[in-house]
Amino acid sequence: MTTTDTTTTPGVDVRRPLEFTDARLNARIPTGPIEKKWEQRQFDVKLVNPTNKRRYHVIVVGSGLAGASASATLAELGYNVSCFCYQDSPRRAHSIAAQGGINAAKNYRNDGDSIFRLFYDTVKGGDFRAREANVYRLAQVSNNIIDQCVAQGVPFAREYSGLLDNRSFGGAQVSRTFYARGQTGQQLLLGAYQALSHQIELGKVKMFPRTEMLDLVLIDGHARGIVTRDMVTGKIESHIGDAVVLATGGYSNVFYLSTNAKGCNTSAIWRAHRRGAFFANPCYTQIHPTCIPVSGDHQSKLTLMSESLRNDGRVWVPKQAGDTRPPPQIPEEDRDYYLERKYPSFGNLAPRDISSRAAKEVCDNGRGVGPGGLGVYLDFTDAMQRLGEAAIRERYGNLFDMYERITGENPYAQPMRIYPAVHYTMGGLWVDYDLMSTIPGLFVIGEANFSDHGANRLGASALMQGLADGYFILPYTIGDYLVGSKLAKADTSHAAFREVESEIQQRVERLLSINGTRTVDSFHRELGKLVWDECGMARNDTGLRRALARIPELRAEFWENVKVPGEGNDLNQELEKAGRVADFFELAELMCLDALHRTESCGGHFREESQTEDGEAQRDDEKFSYVAAWEYTGKLEAPTLHREHLTFENVKLQQRSYK
Amino acid sequence: MNLTLQVWRQKNAATPGKYVTYQLADVSPDMSFLEMLDVLNQELILKGEEPIAFDHDCREGICGACGVVINGLAHGGQRGTTACQLHMRHFKDGETLTLEPWRAKAFPVIKDLIVDRSALDRIIQAGGYVSVSAGGVPDANTIAVPKENAEKAMDAAACIGCGACVAACPNASAMLFTGAKIAHLGLLPQGQIERGRRVIHMVEQMDEEGFGGCTNIGECTAVCPKEIPLDVIARMNRDLLVAKITGAS
Repeated sequence: MTTTDTTTTPGVDVRRPLEFTDARLNARIPTGPIEKKWEQRQFDVKLVNPTNKRRYHVIVVGSGLAGASASATLAELGYNVSCFCYQDSPRRAHSIAAQGGINAAKNYRNDGDSIFRLFYDTVKGGDFRAREANVYRLAQVSNNIIDQCVAQGVPFAREYSGLLDNRSFGGAQVSRTFYARGQTGQQLLLGAYQALSHQIELGKVKMFPRTEMLDLVLIDGHARGIVTRDMVTGKIESHIGDAVVLATGGYSNVFYLSTNAKGCNTSAIWRAHRRGAFFANPCYTQIHPTCIPVSGDHQSKLTLMSESLRNDGRVWVPKQAGDTRPPPQIPEEDRDYYLERKYPSFGNLAPRDISSRAAKEVCDNGRGVGPGGLGVYLDFTDAMQRLGEAAIRERYGNLFDMYERITGENPYAQPMRIYPAVHYTMGGLWVDYDLMSTIPGLFVIGEANFSDHGANRLGASALMQGLADGYFILPYTIGDYLVGSKLAKADTSHAAFREVESEIQQRVERLLSINGTRTVDSFHRELGKLVWDECGMARNDTGLRRALARIPELRAEFWENVKVPGEGNDLNQELEKAGRVADFFELAELMCLDALHRTESCGGHFREESQTEDGEAQRDDEKFSYVAAWEYTGKLEAPTLHREHLTFENVKLQQRSYK
Repeated sequence: MNLTLQVWRQKNAATPGKYVTYQLADVSPDMSFLEMLDVLNQELILKGEEPIAFDHDCREGICGACGVVINGLAHGGQRGTTACQLHMRHFKDGETLTLEPWRAKAFPVIKDLIVDRSALDRIIQAGGYVSVSAGGVPDANTIAVPKENAEKAMDAAACIGCGACVAACPNASAMLFTGAKIAHLGLLPQGQIERGRRVIHMVEQMDEEGFGGCTNIGECTAVCPKEIPLDVIARMNRDLLVAKITGAS
C-alpha cells in the first residue's frame, strides 16, 4: 500500500482500490459520533490566553461574508487583524449580490426540519462528494448564524406576529430559508461589514481597501504573509503575520461570462496553490438555470434572477426545431414543457444542475429561442391566469423590473427568456476539518475552499457556509495552530519577502513590456468560451483533450501578444485584469485535467460518457468516492493527484432521483 | 447608434483634469452603459491610448461600486437604476453625452471617473452598527419586530453606499446615506441601546469629512438607485435632537 500517488496522466490508474487516503491529506476529523465531533474538537483545541491574543497578528484576504465575519470575530477575540480587499470598500464584496436567502435548521415552521435533515439534504444535494463531518458541523452552526445576524440588526422578513418568516427554496421540502426581500446577501454582508467597521474603529482591524494580494510568502514552510499591490499607487508591499486566511471567493470568472462581479478572480488561491496548497475538485462548478441570456458580443457579465421564479413560471421550448413564431402564436400542442415532461414530481423545480443541463440539451437540439438560439422560455401566463397579474407583481415585481431593464422586453406581456450561466464554484483549496490548507498556517474559508457542498451546492447554502466559517469555525481552530506552532521571529525584511516581491515586480514589468496586438479582454473571452464549450455544463473525453491542447497555446500567445497600456506605478485597471487572466489560464488547465480524470458524472460535473439510460448523471462510487486534491509540481500539464477517500457512515449512498 | 462622448479625464488627484471628446459608432441599444464604455476602452487600448478608468464590479446594481454623472444626472437619471443597469436604448442616436465623476469635497478624484468614497466607510465606523460580538446572543425569535417596522428598516437598509446622493446634492450632503443607516438600526429593537450615541458620532464624522448640510432639495432621493425616502433625514435630525437633549454620548 503506497501513501503517495504520482498519477500524472489523466484517466490512468483510477481503478485502484481507494480504501485509504493519501498521508499528505490528513483531514484531522475528530473521532466519535457525528453529533459530538465539533464539540469534541472545540474542547481539544488549544486555547490562547486572552492577554496573549493581542500578540498574534492574522492576515485576512477578502471582505465578503467569510472574510468580514472572520476579521470581525478574530478582532473581537483580541487578535490583531489586517484585512485586504480589492474593492474601494469592504462593503462591496460579491457576497452582496446573493439574492435568495440563507438556510438554517431552526425548524421554526414545525415542518420536520432538524440539524440532521439539513445535513442529509446538503450531502445528498452535493451528490455524495462532500465530507460528512464538515457538513454536519455546518448544519449545527447554521442556527447560531441566524441568532447572530438578528442581534446585529439584519432586517430579515417578518410575519405579522413579529417573528421571523421562512420560505422553501431551491426544491427543499421544508421551509428553512431566512431572507431579506431579494437582497439577503446584501443584508448579511452589511451586518458583517458593520461588525468589521466597529473593530476598525476600535483599532483592532487595519483595513486595506483597493489592495490586491499578488502572492503568498512562506518562511520555513509556514504561511507568514502576503505581497500586495496598492491599486492606486501601484506600490508592491509586503505584510507579515502569524497566519494567513484566504477568503477570496470562487473562480467562476475563468469562464469570462458568469454571474460573478467583474473583479472576482482566482489569483489569491492560485498563487497559494503554486506555493504548495493543494487544489481540490477544480472541475466542480455550478451552473445556475435562471439567468438572462447573452444579448451580443459586447456582453460583459451575466445576470442571475432568483430561482424563486421557477415556483410559478413554466419552462418550455417549441417542439419543432426552427419554429420561430412569436411565443403566443405557438399553440399548446406545439410546445414542449420539458422539465414537467421529464421530471413529473419536481417539474420546474428540479435541482440547478438538472434544470441547466436540460436547457442545454434542448438548445443543442436546435429548439432554443431568442438571439443565437441560446434561451428557453419561462412563462408566467398560467400563473397570471390562476392568481392574477397583481399577485405575480407582488411576488416577483422587482425581478420582472430587472428583466425589463436589461432586455427591454415586458415579461408580463411575453414569456421571459432564460439560459444557464456559471454561478458558483464548489472546488477550491483543500482544507482539513480545521479549515487549514496543506500549507501550515494558511487557512481558507468560504467559497475559496473546496468546502462543504460536494459536487453541487443547494440554494441558500453559500451564505450559510461563508458565515459559519467566519463567525464560528475559523476563530476557534486558528488558535490551536497559533499556540501549537513555534514561528521564527521575522519581519518583512526577511529574504523570503524580498524574493517574492522581486518576482512580482518582474511579472508586472513583463506584462507591461509585451505591447502586443490583442487586449486582455479578447484573450479572456476566448479562454472563457473554450472552457464553457469543453468544460461547462457537459464534458467529454474528446472535448477536454481538445481544450487541454488549446489552453497552453492560447496561454503562450497571451504572454507574447497581450497589450497592457499604462504604467505600473499608477491606477491601471488593464494591468490588474492581465494579472488575473494570466492566473485563469493556468487554473483552466487544471480544471480540464480534473474533469478528464473524473470519468464519472456527479452533481455539476456531467461526463457524457457516464449517464443512466434516461440521460441522468451516473456516479461511480467504487472508483470516485474521493476528493481529488492536486499538487502543483512546477509543470502545469502534470500536477500530482492526491486522494482523500470519502466515507459515509451516517447517510446511505444512493443515486439522486428527481423524477 | 452613434454617440459623441465628452469624458472627464484626470491622471490623478494632483493633476488638473479636462474633458476629452470621443466618437463611438455602432453602439447596440442592448448594451449597458458600462458595456458601452468597455467598447470605447477596447478601441482606445488598440489605438495605444489609456482607457478611461471607472469603478464597477457586480454590474447588477447592488454593490454600489459604479457611479458616473451622465449629462448632469448621477447614474444617468433613470429612476431606481445604477449606471451599470442603465441601457443604451434610453439614449438617442447622434446624442452627445457628458460623463464626469461624482463631485464633492469629501470625494477627491483618484483618476478619471474614479473618486475616493472612503469617507462613507468612516461614517459607518463612527457608529453604524450594533456593538454585538459573535456568540452569546439570544435565540433569534426572542426578538420580535413588528412587520411594519421590519419593512421600513429594510427600505432604509437597502442603501448600496454608491454616493449618488452626495453627487446630486448642491451642498454635497451625505445626510441621505447617514440617515438611512440611522433609520435602519433605529427602527429595530436591537438598535435602541446605542441609538443616541450612534446618531451623535455619525453626524460628527459626517461633518468632519466635509459633507454639507441638508436644505431639503430632494435631489438625493430622486437619483438614489434604491429610492431611499427623504424622511430618513428628518428621522436623523429628530434622533439627534433627542440625543443632544438627553445628553447621550
